[in-house]
Amino acid sequence: MKKIEAIIRTSKFNEVKEALREVGIDFFSYWDATGVGNEIEKGEHSYRGTVYDTSFISRQLLTIVVREVNVQKTVDAILKAAKTGVIGDGKIFISDIIESYRIRNDEKGDTSLYNKD
Amino acid sequence: MKKYFFIILLILVTASASSYVYAEKAADPSGVTTGNASDVTAVKAGQPTLDEVAAQAGHNKVAINMVWLLITGFLVMFMQAGFAMVETGLTRAKNVAHTMSMNMMVYALGMIGFFISGFAIMFGGVGSLGTLGGFGGLANELTINLFGHTFGLIGMKGFFLTGTYDVAVFGLFLFQMVFMDTTATIPTGSMAERWKFSHFAIYGILVGAIIYPIYGNWVWGGGWLSQLGNMFGLGHGVVDFAGSSVVHMTGGVLAFVGAVLIGPRLGKYNKDGSPNAIPGHNIPMAVIGCFILAFGWFGFNPGSTLAGGDLRISVIAVNTMIASATGAFASMLYMWLFKTKKPDPSMMINGMLAGLVAITAPCAFVTVQSAALIGLISGVLVIEAAFFIEKKLKVDDPVGAVAVHGVNGAWGMIALGLFADGTYGDGWNGVKGTVTGLFYGDASQFFAQVIGVTTNIIYVAAIGWVVFKLISLVTGGMRVSAKDELEGLDVPEMGTEGYAGIKLDKNSETPLSH
Repeated sequence: MKKIEAIIRTSKFNEVKEALREVGIDFFSYWDATGVGNEIEKGEHSYRGTVYDTSFISRQLLTIVVREVNVQKTVDAILKAAKTGVIGDGKIFISDIIESYRIRNDEKGDTSLYNKD
Repeated sequence: MKKYFFIILLILVTASASSYVYAEKAADPSGVTTGNASDVTAVKAGQPTLDEVAAQAGHNKVAINMVWLLITGFLVMFMQAGFAMVETGLTRAKNVAHTMSMNMMVYALGMIGFFISGFAIMFGGVGSLGTLGGFGGLANELTINLFGHTFGLIGMKGFFLTGTYDVAVFGLFLFQMVFMDTTATIPTGSMAERWKFSHFAIYGILVGAIIYPIYGNWVWGGGWLSQLGNMFGLGHGVVDFAGSSVVHMTGGVLAFVGAVLIGPRLGKYNKDGSPNAIPGHNIPMAVIGCFILAFGWFGFNPGSTLAGGDLRISVIAVNTMIASATGAFASMLYMWLFKTKKPDPSMMINGMLAGLVAITAPCAFVTVQSAALIGLISGVLVIEAAFFIEKKLKVDDPVGAVAVHGVNGAWGMIALGLFADGTYGDGWNGVKGTVTGLFYGDASQFFAQVIGVTTNIIYVAAIGWVVFKLISLVTGGMRVSAKDELEGLDVPEMGTEGYAGIKLDKNSETPLSH
């Protein structure tokens, strides 16, 4: 089992969600994330005569735990859907998951990650 | 069945009969026959004598004035909500309970101070209340004699409203109290987000009890500034129709002194002195507050005739309205074309309010074209003043209170001295003739206005400084601790969050100063 963490643009979230559904990945969690990075702020803020930038980069962080067999197609789907070619598209990180449980019926291992139907 | 039918019929006939027996006047859907000679208080109902008709006419004249005074006073009271919304909208979310509480309590505390001594000091010697029936009991003015002239200093009648149980006095008290509260709430804007609530609370009482009414007596209570015309031939003395100096300058100068003493917010200024933006958390709230204030100003200015029967009220209302529009317009254009290239919402709000403040003194005395020009100038003046105060003087004023009320209050007084056109104000402050400004032939009025502005600045700055320092001795300082300021004042000062249950990004709200 692997955990795939994808930091993507908030504007790309719906596209990525659709792309994941097309390859059969229907279960994940996501967070609003703020980041520090290389992207240059497009619009300037100004308030009462003082110009400032927030230097806050807003992103979505998706956390998807999948079986080994699904890792590559998940990554490919995200890469394709989230890409714009401009600095700031984001990152994907893959790490190992030691064990997984479904709380409803105490199943563990690979079977807890998908519905047998 | 028949029995029930007759019982019901009997009830219906009785009911209609009893209403018919008590009706003396036929129903009047058009309103044409309602109100006639039988409504005049008379010994013989329906046949009043000429004396009785005269008495009724006089009573009605005073009644119109009284109703007008009270209704406009209620409008001005509602401006407290406007100030609360503007100030809270332009400050940060972590401080809302504190900012709102200051604005809420200043209404009550100021009123208590005004009740205890403020009204007595301000109006204890004002003389006869002509538009409200002529009660003459407010006749105790403390004076000193200098250079052969009598200088009225403070009134001495009506502490705790004793000895003045007269309907006119009570109407005047309400009306003047809401004006005092407008002054009282101005410094809560410039000192927001770091003012200790205990220090503020004592200030709230003292501003209504002492600070506001002394200058108020000098201009509105028959004191020496109002008598400069009689004593020294300077126009009609210091003229301030609805309070550009009495209300707004007093508030603005207090706000400035307070902001200087309390210091800037943490993170506001970098080491090189450049300011950081600390954006307000709720622009919609601020805009609604601005409209509440603009609406309340329809009570502030026209109500200051103290007479609904003084039909100059229509001119006053239109002058007020037009200055608010040109003020907002000028601010919008100035920011958009010459400053940050964007029409900043909070500056547009300041522009509308600046126009209203500036027209407050001259509103009864100027042409509408002059009023439009006065508003236009104030829209630019408020922005330049706000920048000067923030960037050059390095005084942190979160809402622009000093630029709006202090600077434009002074401009309003000067504008009166320039633009008063001589179509109103005959007999003002006991001087024959209408109020006329420099551009219409009377330079002495302009000089009187300058004296008024200068006196206000010196007096309010001095007494404000002393009062703030004295209160600090009692409360152990004006300012909250740095830890509380960074955390947000709501829990440490007020015990509860203003936005309970909503996660605030407190780190992003406070800029790092570097």
